Amino acid sequence: MTIADWGRGFAGGLMIGGAASVFLLVNGRIMGASGILGSLLDGSDRPGRAEKMAFLIGLVGCPGLLSLLGNPAQTHLTGNLAVVALAGLLVGLGTRLAGGCTSGHGVCGISRLAPRSLAATAVYLLSGAATLLIARHLLGVI
Amino acid sequence: MARLAVALLCGALFGAGLLMSGMTDTRKVQGWLDIFGEWNPTLAFVLAGAILPMTLAWRVAARRRAALLGTALPAPASRRIDPPLLIGSALFGAGWALAGLCPGPALASLGFGGTGGVVFLLAMAAGMLAAVPAAARLGRTPQIKDA
Repeated sequence: MTIADWGRGFAGGLMIGGAASVFLLVNGRIMGASGILGSLLDGSDRPGRAEKMAFLIGLVGCPGLLSLLGNPAQTHLTGNLAVVALAGLLVGLGTRLAGGCTSGHGVCGISRLAPRSLAATAVYLLSGAATLLIARHLLGVI
Repeated sequence: MARLAVALLCGALFGAGLLMSGMTDTRKVQGWLDIFGEWNPTLAFVLAGAILPMTLAWRVAARRRAALLGTALPAPASRRIDPPLLIGSALFGAGWALAGLCPGPALASLGFGGTGGVVFLLAMAAGMLAAVPAAARLGRTPQIKDA
């Protein structure tokens, strides 16, 4: 963890916010990753299908290509696939019940001080910190 | 056609930003949530960088009737804080901490995340589909919205 990490974090954040701004002002859409994927999966937004597919192609393809052509990226994800599957299930179920994740509520919602997004962000941060405390420091499973 | 091109470019820029910021590295994300261990504040810089332009974008949007390509802008934010929002966010936070991935980085890292990344994405997709009947049980009006 260095100052350079924080600088890259801020620069990457500007890119994320820039993408969300263009998506809002040009296409009139809120850039929420869970909403875009979830509504494609459950078919709740048929008119927006093509637009969301195009977004996902860019989201999966661009970092994949950057990692292939430049510095290979690593996720350092745990090798415990049971934990990975449980985590994925909770993230999918939770974000769709809550109507948003870190991008939809965390970035887009907080930027307009949406009450639902402020509440959601407070809850998932607290729940995340509590889960990490229990799973890492008390149980030692992650 | 223009909408599809813009969507593709926004997805690409979002993905590049997630990679650049380190949000596809689960150790950094778990480090941010690990306030009782070796705390890593990188995510605060990412959020600050992302919220800055987006705050301006909402201000511009408030003065416009429609988006540049003629489509409607999002409706004003709802004020309703209900059980699905709170329960869903608590479940999401737990899963986020266990793996260090949320939906955006899970998609952005699919190309280099190996088997674990694919397992996470498939489980996440199953969870998203399970949310439809779960929302119907939790609320009187089952409605799943884009945030």
